[in-house]
Amino acid sequence: MPAEKDYDDVPGTTVFDAERSRAGYHLNQFCMSLMKAENRARFKADEEAYLDGWKLTPAQRAAVLARDYNAMIANGGNIYFLSKIGATDGKSFQYLAALMTGTTQEEYAAMMLAGGRPAAGNTSKKAPSAGAGEA
Amino acid sequence: MARITAGIGCSHVPAIGAALDNARDTDPYWVPLFAGFDRTKAWIAQEKPDVVILVYNDHATSFSLEMIPTFALGTAEEFEPADEGWGPRRVPVVQGAPDLAWHIAQSVILDEYDITICNKLDVDHGLTVPMSLMFGQPEAWPVRVIPLAVNVVQYPPPTGNRCLNFGRAIRRAVESFPEDLNVQIWGTGGMSHQLQGPRAGLINRDFDTAFLDRLTSDPIGLSRMPHIDYIRQAGSEGIELVMWLIMRGALGEDARELFRFYHVPASNTAVGHIVLRPADFVEA
Repeated sequence: MPAEKDYDDVPGTTVFDAERSRAGYHLNQFCMSLMKAENRARFKADEEAYLDGWKLTPAQRAAVLARDYNAMIANGGNIYFLSKIGATDGKSFQYLAALMTGTTQEEYAAMMLAGGRPAAGNTSKKAPSAGAGEA
Repeated sequence: MARITAGIGCSHVPAIGAALDNARDTDPYWVPLFAGFDRTKAWIAQEKPDVVILVYNDHATSFSLEMIPTFALGTAEEFEPADEGWGPRRVPVVQGAPDLAWHIAQSVILDEYDITICNKLDVDHGLTVPMSLMFGQPEAWPVRVIPLAVNVVQYPPPTGNRCLNFGRAIRRAVESFPEDLNVQIWGTGGMSHQLQGPRAGLINRDFDTAFLDRLTSDPIGLSRMPHIDYIRQAGSEGIELVMWLIMRGALGEDARELFRFYHVPASNTAVGHIVLRPADFVEA
């Protein structure tokens, strides 16, 4: 096991490793509960009361209530679990993606239609000018 | 005996399923994507596989953080399309192939691949979207399916090398099954995409093209690519591509490409598709 997390050099990216999974266990399991229609209804009716049933940290709870997805990820959330909050809110995945990237949904959709975010210049914090690599 | 006659690589973007289910597949946005699968649909209707071993990943649907099997094989009679939070997809129930599935399970475990056996497994878009892409919208799926779920959500997923070798063990298992069955193996997920954080939307066509090329030209070298390269170059969710190496391993040492398709975007993702034939394939 490498002492250094090589993937922490990738900009704008949080890899869901053991440490983050442990920190985010209750947050992600709360998200999992939203797979059931009755739980979605209870959550929508009173978010604070519903969250009282889950052992979230104050930072996780605030991030959920604010729908701050980057903050949820920073506190152990995994996007496949977090997207269930988006589904509960009736939001598309592109809406969530735009929110996390700090652009409008229209701008984000236009970027994807134009071929997506380029890899060149987006692969390394240490080497920000690195080009796109191949497999 | 049973034979693996072809391998298919295919993305499994959920928005593709939603487009089909909501009759938006004729929208200009989606037309080129679905057109890219017309050739495969015609081909597979001729091939008539009996069973598909469908390598996919569960997206926090049947597996939460309570249990995280690295490899989980579905041995049930049938598999229900899962409710992923907005009701199940209105697609046929997936019929299993328990005789072959149990044979594979026992064979690969004795071959030292210690998989998890699942007698109940609801299947999400990771499995049903590739089915829709290959078979459209039939009343019943024309093939039996053995789901093989791979963990790619909790880091680390299995290595590419492990996946390639596991595919080889699956080939040995299939070839030791006495019944004459036409078996395909599909590797799904990918290609380049990232769904999380400020770098969401990453696409890397050069990476994807090289990955498709190396499935035939250099599978062993490709299997040695470390996880960091996938994450860096193909996005944090692009690491799903390790699942294609299980498919590739099951085709034997040499394979040839029949055709491929590549399209950007489907929602947040680069869609890749390839059809491969084992080099030792003999027309029936």
